[in-house]
Amino acid sequence: MSSVLDREVPTATVEPRPIDGEPDRVRQIRAQAAARFNTLGWPTTRLEEWKYTSLAPLTRLDWKSDQRHHEVPADAASPFGDKSVAELMFVNGVLHADRSSLANEHPGIRIKPLSKAMESDAFTQHFARYADYETHALTAMNTALWQDGAFIELAPGTQLEGFIHLFYLGGGAAANPVASQIRNLIVAGRGSQLTVVESFFGKGTYFTNTVTEIVAGDGAVVDHHKFEYESLDAFHIGTVQIHQERSSNVTSRTFALGGALVRNEVNVALTGEGASLSMEGLFVLNGKEHVDNHTVIDHVSPHCDSVELFKGILDDNARGIFDGRIIVEPNAVKTNSRQTNRNLLLSETAIIDSKPTLEIHNDDVKCNHGSTIGQLDEEALFYLRSRGIDEVEARNLLVYAFASEIVERIKIDAVREGVGRALFSRMRGRLPERREEER
Amino acid sequence: MLDIKNLHAGIDRKEILKGLTLHVGVGEVHAIMGPNGSGKSTLANVLAGRPKYEVQSGTVTFEGKDLLALPTEERSREGVFLAMQYPVEIPGVNNIYFLKAALNAVKKHRGEEELDAMEFLQLAREKMKLVELDEAFMSRGVNEGFSGGEKKRNEIFQMAVLDPKLAILDETDSGLDIDALRIVAEGVNALRSEKHSVLVITHYQRLLRYLVPDFVHVLADGKIVKSGGKELAEELEQKGYEWIEEEMAASSGKEVAAAR
Repeated sequence: MSSVLDREVPTATVEPRPIDGEPDRVRQIRAQAAARFNTLGWPTTRLEEWKYTSLAPLTRLDWKSDQRHHEVPADAASPFGDKSVAELMFVNGVLHADRSSLANEHPGIRIKPLSKAMESDAFTQHFARYADYETHALTAMNTALWQDGAFIELAPGTQLEGFIHLFYLGGGAAANPVASQIRNLIVAGRGSQLTVVESFFGKGTYFTNTVTEIVAGDGAVVDHHKFEYESLDAFHIGTVQIHQERSSNVTSRTFALGGALVRNEVNVALTGEGASLSMEGLFVLNGKEHVDNHTVIDHVSPHCDSVELFKGILDDNARGIFDGRIIVEPNAVKTNSRQTNRNLLLSETAIIDSKPTLEIHNDDVKCNHGSTIGQLDEEALFYLRSRGIDEVEARNLLVYAFASEIVERIKIDAVREGVGRALFSRMRGRLPERREEER
Repeated sequence: MLDIKNLHAGIDRKEILKGLTLHVGVGEVHAIMGPNGSGKSTLANVLAGRPKYEVQSGTVTFEGKDLLALPTEERSREGVFLAMQYPVEIPGVNNIYFLKAALNAVKKHRGEEELDAMEFLQLAREKMKLVELDEAFMSRGVNEGFSGGEKKRNEIFQMAVLDPKLAILDETDSGLDIDALRIVAEGVNALRSEKHSVLVITHYQRLLRYLVPDFVHVLADGKIVKSGGKELAEELEQKGYEWIEEEMAASSGKEVAAAR
């Protein structure tokens, strides 16, 4: 089966695209990454890591990275209103400084476009050190071609109340498809605290390939949210690569609410003792949407905790994947790790592949994992209807209840409400349609 | 108000109700008693429109409307309320949000003005006192983590808020301790009026001490086999259901004899 599709994946080459005046080291990394991509080529379903996701539809289009349409759409509005402390807006990967605020009045916080941060020590020390461009083709492509993104650095001890919003808008048409290669670097110094929300919206056909590297220094507290709500014709491939040092505390939440073909990778290395990670995800799909969630949690050091929960809601002919791997290395004794994937199927034709995996290399750990796949509870549906609530609303309530476990954990009101609104609007948009089809 | 005529119904192709006929007038309280497996819960579920229950023949009219033709939610909006035997837990659906949505659906249907959040809370607080439920319950998921007694009290609380014309209590008394039983009965008594009717379905007579019915019916093998006043319940309590079964056997014996 897969080989038929794979034959349609063309070979591709990328040329490194340096930014004017960038340091030699960055230039060299680009060249190495381009060489790696040219060796690896597009991933195919023959690779275990890409078993469930064929990139054939993506590779068939002739993506242009330099002919960019980057006007700000007239109706572009942040899903979180003006509640962020700082906001960077990018349209097809190009920063719009006039629509961005950099919160420069906050001492200890540096926010810049990444293209303007290449001389900084934090950049030199951390850039491209964590996201793997040796074996991961799409990260290699991004590393060779990236033009901009966000650079956020918190000085040791800096506490940021509120959140920083990185707002990415995509747009285009199949006739002239645009690819954006977005690159972010977030460095939270020792004992600092911050919340970052990346959100992805758009219209039409376009391709977003994004890589975010996050470094949580000793004792740092980092909340990272990715809110992916791309257009129904968009391609989105993203990697969030998190490096945790001693006693750091990271929360990573990934919301996937839209896109024709989406791959969200979240990879975390718990490298310092006593680090703690909470990784959550929610994907809500219908139509022919395809979302592949791919996570790796690597317990490198002793006494680290990780709790992972991904929930999927799939309707129509959607296809979802949860492929989560937890690795406990020989040195990582006293590891505490729990991994759960729960899925709700709303149609007979939706498909979910759930593959939770544990790889344990020492015997002094507490780990468990599991996954469930179920339908809406008919008893609950009847209960709600028996109190006068109509069937569509009752279904919506139950679906929302399933999702709310993740949404309700978002601490910042504006973000929780923004994500909740998006979720609600999606439900209202589709369930009545389903009823029409049934008649 | 409610007219059931020659109702044949069941589940999984098994006929459980075998020609049940019952008339409940406005303002009346009827009790249906019967042994396990006689069809009590089937009757409650058919009236509320629970999926998988099938009606083979017979009619149910509620205030002149064909009740069986209406979807579950519309039966509720017309004023039929079922207090369930086993209320389901729905984590993640907030109790107060759910009940406000339900009440406003009913109000909209009646052409009344919907309540805003403040008005609703005021009403809910008042009714909560009636069933002695703590306000903290309201911010939790529907029935989530409630004890058996709390679930039943929550049913009566919902009933009090929705103010139905016909309340059907499906073994609401089973598994309740004395306090909870009294609270449930008081909740139902508060609803009693010239305009409200109640159908109490129960296995035991003890609820009927607090909630005195106007009529008592005995259901056996899918039919009402005996009807009477409140004294019938006491008679049943003393003599047990065997008494009815014996009477039935005797009368069917007579029929057989007559046929010969």
